[in-house]
Amino acid sequence: MTATSPGSTVAVDFAPDEYLRYSRHLILPEIGLDGQRALRRARVLLVGAGGLGSPAALYLAAAGVGTLGLVDFDAVDVSNLQRQILHGTRDIGRLKIDSARDRLADINPGVHVESFPVRLTAANAREIATGFDLILDGTDTFATRYLVNDLCVLLGAPNVYGSIFRFDGQASVFAAADGPCYRCLYPAPPPAGLVPACAEGGVLGVLPGLVGTIQATEAIKLITGAGTPLVGRLLLVDALHWRVRTVRVQRDPACPACGTRAIRDLTDAEQLCAVPVPDELDAAFGAVPDIEPVALAERLRSGHPIDLIDVREPHEWEIARIEGAHLIPLASLESRFHELSPDRDIVVHCKVGGRSAQAARRLRAAGFRHVWNLAGGIQRWSREVDPGVPEY
Amino acid sequence: MTVRVLLFASYADAVGKRELTLELAEGAVVGDVVAHVRGLAGGTALPPAPLLAVNAAYARAHQPVRSGDEVAIIPPVAGG
Repeated sequence: MTATSPGSTVAVDFAPDEYLRYSRHLILPEIGLDGQRALRRARVLLVGAGGLGSPAALYLAAAGVGTLGLVDFDAVDVSNLQRQILHGTRDIGRLKIDSARDRLADINPGVHVESFPVRLTAANAREIATGFDLILDGTDTFATRYLVNDLCVLLGAPNVYGSIFRFDGQASVFAAADGPCYRCLYPAPPPAGLVPACAEGGVLGVLPGLVGTIQATEAIKLITGAGTPLVGRLLLVDALHWRVRTVRVQRDPACPACGTRAIRDLTDAEQLCAVPVPDELDAAFGAVPDIEPVALAERLRSGHPIDLIDVREPHEWEIARIEGAHLIPLASLESRFHELSPDRDIVVHCKVGGRSAQAARRLRAAGFRHVWNLAGGIQRWSREVDPGVPEY
Repeated sequence: MTVRVLLFASYADAVGKRELTLELAEGAVVGDVVAHVRGLAGGTALPPAPLLAVNAAYARAHQPVRSGDEVAIIPPVAGG
C-alpha cells in the first residue's frame, strides 16, 4: 500500500478511501496523519467481548486500530443484549468472538481481528498477550482482573482498566511507566462473602457503554500520544447522580507486582464470585444441604409442610416468584426470624443460589436446624419445574 | 470539625448512603472516618483498610483530616 506521489517525498500509506474514512481524525492536529499511522500499527488486546469490550471494540475498530485481539470463551445469551452491543439478536448462541468478528468487519474491513475463544488463564495469558502493545481489561471477575494486571506488569504493557457495578464505574490506565498498577490500589481481592454473586448483580445497560468508551478513549490517547491519559488517576463515575471524580493515585513501592516485583509468575486466583466459604458451623454440622428443584416440587406436591422463603429483593419478587413462597429479603432476615418456626422444614431460595446460601447459614446459626438451600434458585426452578415462572 | 464522606458502588449500597457528613474531634485522622463508617449499619461490608482519597488525592489512614475535607472511600469493582 505504500506509494510516493509525483513531486512529493511524503510516504502515502493509506488507500484513497481511507483518507476519507479517517478524515475527521486526520484534520485533528492532536491525531493527524502520524496518529492515524500509529493507530494502524497498533495491536490492542481486548480481554472480554461483553459489556465493556463491546463499545471498546466497536470504537477501536472504527478508529482504525490495525490489529484487535479478542479473548472470550462465552456464547451470546439473550440476557447479554441489554448492554453488549457488539452482538445482536440473531447472534444468540454463537461464540461472542465470532459475532464480534462479523460486526467489526462490517464497521471497518481494514482491521485485522485475532480471535482467542478461550478463558484467559495463568497458563495461556502470556502466549496470547505477547506482541500486543496494550491490553484493555473488559473482564468481569476479581480473579481475571488481578490476572490481567499482573500480565500487564510482567509484559510492560499498559492495562487500560474499566469496571462497573450497578450505576457506578471506574476507569484508569494501570501498569504504565511511572504509574501505579491495580494491585497498588487494591492489594488483595475482597473476601468472597462480600462479593455479590456475578449473575445477581444488576447493571444499567448503558453504564458499560460509558466506561468502555472511556477505555477506548484512553487506548487511542496512549497509541497516538495525544493528551493526558489516566495514568496515576482513577476516574469514578456515579451515573445515577452524576457524581464524577478523578482521584490521584500513586505507585506503592511495596506492591508485589510493580514495586518489589515479588510476583514473577502468573497465578489463577480463586473465582471470587458466589463461592460459599465453609465456616465453623459447616465444620460442626456439615455444609447446608441443597435440595434439587424437582425434589422440592415433589415434596410440596405431597403436602409435606415446608416454609419456602424467598430472600430476594421486592423488585425481583415482582418479576417472578414461586407459588407459596414467602418473601423475606436477605437484609431483613434477622429482624424477621420470629416469622419462622425452628421445628418446621425451611427451604430458602434466591435467583441462582448465592444469597440463599448465606441466608441458610444465618438461619442455622440462629438455631433453625432443618434448613435447605434450593439448588440453582428460581432460575433452575423455572427451567426444570415451572416454565411459567419467567427467567430474568 | 466537619468532614464530608463520599461512598461509591458496593460501599454506598451496603451503608445505604452515598454521602454523609461527620462531626469529628480535632486531631482526627482518615482512619477515624473509616472506623466511623464501619460502625454504621451495613458498614462491616467495608474492609478495615479500604482505598481512600482526601480532596481527590490518595490518602493513608494515619493522615490527619481537616474541617471541610472530602473523604472518598472507594471499593474495588469487578463487573464488566
